Amino acid sequence: MISFARIKAVFLKEMVQMRRDRPTFAIMIMVPIMQLGLFGFAIDTDPRNMPAAVELRDDGPLTRSFLASLRQSDYFRIVEIVHSLDEGESLMKAGDISYLIVIPENFERDFVRGDRPQILIAADASDPVAAAGPIAAANEIARRAFAPELERLPRKLRGGAPPVELVIQRQYNPAGETSMNIVPGLLGVILTMTMIMITAIALTREVERGTIEALLSTPVRASEIMIGKTTPYILVGAIQATIVLIAGRIVFHIPFVGDLAPFLVAMTLFIFANLMLGYLISTVARTQMQAMQMTFFIFLPSILLSGFMFPFAAMPGWAKAIGEALPITHFLRIVREVMLKGAGFSEIRGEIWPIALILAVLALASLARFRRTLD
Amino acid sequence: MSGNGPVIDVRGLTKKFGTKTVVDNFDLSVPKGAIYGFLGPNGSGKTTTIRMVCGLLKADAGAGAVLGLDVLKESDKIKERVGYMTQRFSLYEDLSIRENLEFIARLYSLDNLKGRVDASLKSLGLSDRAKQLAGTLSGGWKQRLALAACMIHEPELLLLDEPTAGVDPKARRDFWDAIRDYSAQGVTTLVSTHYMDEAVQCDRIAFIAYGKKLIDEATADIPDKVGLFARRIEAGDLDDATRRLKSVGGYDVLARFGAAIHLAGRNDAALDRAAAAIEGLPGVQIERIDAGLEEAFIYLMTGASDNFANGFANGAAA
Ligand SMILES: Nc1ncnc2c1ncn2[C@@H]1O[C@H](COP(=O)(O)OP(=O)(O)OP(=O)(O)O)[C@@H](O)[C@H]1O
Ligand SMILES: [Mg+2]
Repeated sequence: MISFARIKAVFLKEMVQMRRDRPTFAIMIMVPIMQLGLFGFAIDTDPRNMPAAVELRDDGPLTRSFLASLRQSDYFRIVEIVHSLDEGESLMKAGDISYLIVIPENFERDFVRGDRPQILIAADASDPVAAAGPIAAANEIARRAFAPELERLPRKLRGGAPPVELVIQRQYNPAGETSMNIVPGLLGVILTMTMIMITAIALTREVERGTIEALLSTPVRASEIMIGKTTPYILVGAIQATIVLIAGRIVFHIPFVGDLAPFLVAMTLFIFANLMLGYLISTVARTQMQAMQMTFFIFLPSILLSGFMFPFAAMPGWAKAIGEALPITHFLRIVREVMLKGAGFSEIRGEIWPIALILAVLALASLARFRRTLD
Repeated sequence: MSGNGPVIDVRGLTKKFGTKTVVDNFDLSVPKGAIYGFLGPNGSGKTTTIRMVCGLLKADAGAGAVLGLDVLKESDKIKERVGYMTQRFSLYEDLSIRENLEFIARLYSLDNLKGRVDASLKSLGLSDRAKQLAGTLSGGWKQRLALAACMIHEPELLLLDEPTAGVDPKARRDFWDAIRDYSAQGVTTLVSTHYMDEAVQCDRIAFIAYGKKLIDEATADIPDKVGLFARRIEAGDLDDATRRLKSVGGYDVLARFGAAIHLAGRNDAALDRAAAAIEGLPGVQIERIDAGLEEAFIYLMTGASDNFANGFANGAAA
């Protein structure tokens, strides 16, 4: 029933039109760069030499090598070795330190056993954005410090999850959690904005230009138009994501801890879901103007209720319900898990299927809305 | 499947937009290989009817078959075998001529894509401009491209909605020669037009006004059917003669044909009375002629708009 040749026809046509529409194409590429640039100016992107105190509840070669790495990195400046949490906290309250790093009891033993001991990093998150860089860097510092030790461990304990767990505790501004994730969050927001916008005019443009009449007079099916008109833009989304990730790395020093594969799967699904959301809009909107208005109508909850702006956990029930129905909410969780915490497929499965489900529902709704007549 | 039955056979087609009935209980039967003219004043429902025939609009009422397929239920299959040329240019202005043709050819899953597109470009005479964007073509060339596009899959039925609007006389002749060739090969054509020189080339004509079919006859029989009498009037001062005729009245159609006035009406005696008003003026010559197609259609359109105006007035009064 569905003809691959006809999907290809629509696909190729969209590709040519996209290539010809230079201004739009340029905007698609410029948007992520501009957004990152804006944040780049607003944020002290590269805080160095942040004063820190360390509390050592264990001692040994591992602990010392971690301490040495901390000292070497120019993110942290160790100003005190404290002997109790209280001592550290009073220093932080006084503003003498921004970070308190605690190596727990039995750290050496647990590490060797492969029990993934936790290192606590308490951060003064009252300037959450400034806090983000060093916290992200701490991950990398720990990885480097423990790499040689890891070599000596039995093979079965190597690979997989990182050997230690960094527990980040934000003091004074628990909501600072979102800001830490500004770049991953930005990736979700940029993809939401541009992908929905692109396909929201997919059909309305044909209606407004009158080309829909010739198109519908051919044997092409609704599903073929839908697939042919959405899939070309996955490529655009992938280009945008690459720009954000590379810039995030270079400008914001956001590490990419996890595997690329689960991330790519999630991202492709997410881009596709947004394209489908836009496409659904284009089956409803009569004019491009209407399509744009509906697109903005989607943006608001995507930014406010997805956990990008406000922490998801703190939202009221109804807001959470709306948030869960948005693809970006799930994507943000995935990106954070994968990028910052190194989660793999099994950890993010619970967020991937909701995106797939949303995609399927949107596709079916679009097909139901699509009229193959001009009425 | 359809054998020798009519290629279009629809009955009672009705289309409403809101409360306005745009096509009202429309019947049409077009035999295979025919060139069927579709005439009527602006806004009379021609485009709407053609769209219903090819499945682009859902009829509110009516039934029928196109190419032996159910017009309401089997529009997918109908679309494969019909070539519809839209009144408004509806190809992609930001695609080149070749890309447009390739796109359409792919949608019909045609084999030998390149060969077909090349052949189409050649017959259009556009081979060396194949890379030009369709949007940069002149109006007449756009029409010719659209026509080529709707024929690329060699349809059995052509639905052409004012295909030659804005096309130069030479190209129009070529176009009609081509239509007659197709007709000889068994291709059926339903073509809407406002040009009389094209209407006379049709085997049969359906005339529609404000959604209602007024006439459906072999082209040659239409003047008789309408029952008009006519005079051809020459005068030294045509403008003066026109003014005087208008002040007398009694005719249904007064139209300039080159250097003469054609006066037509259903009442022969009234025509004589009108003519008497200008007899004897310098250069006046009055000659009885047979009413032609154009007088007939002008008469029909005048009557139709009168009916419409009356209906409108009644509606407003009610
Ligand atoms: N989508 C629509 N919604 C509302 N009214 C419509 C729509 N399409 C057509 N009409 C109305 O239907 C009537 C018939 O239109 P149609 O285009 O069929 O006329 P036409 O005979 O093709 O005229 P023309 O010779 O100017 O092309 C017009 O009054 C038009 O305004
Ligand atoms: Mg029309």
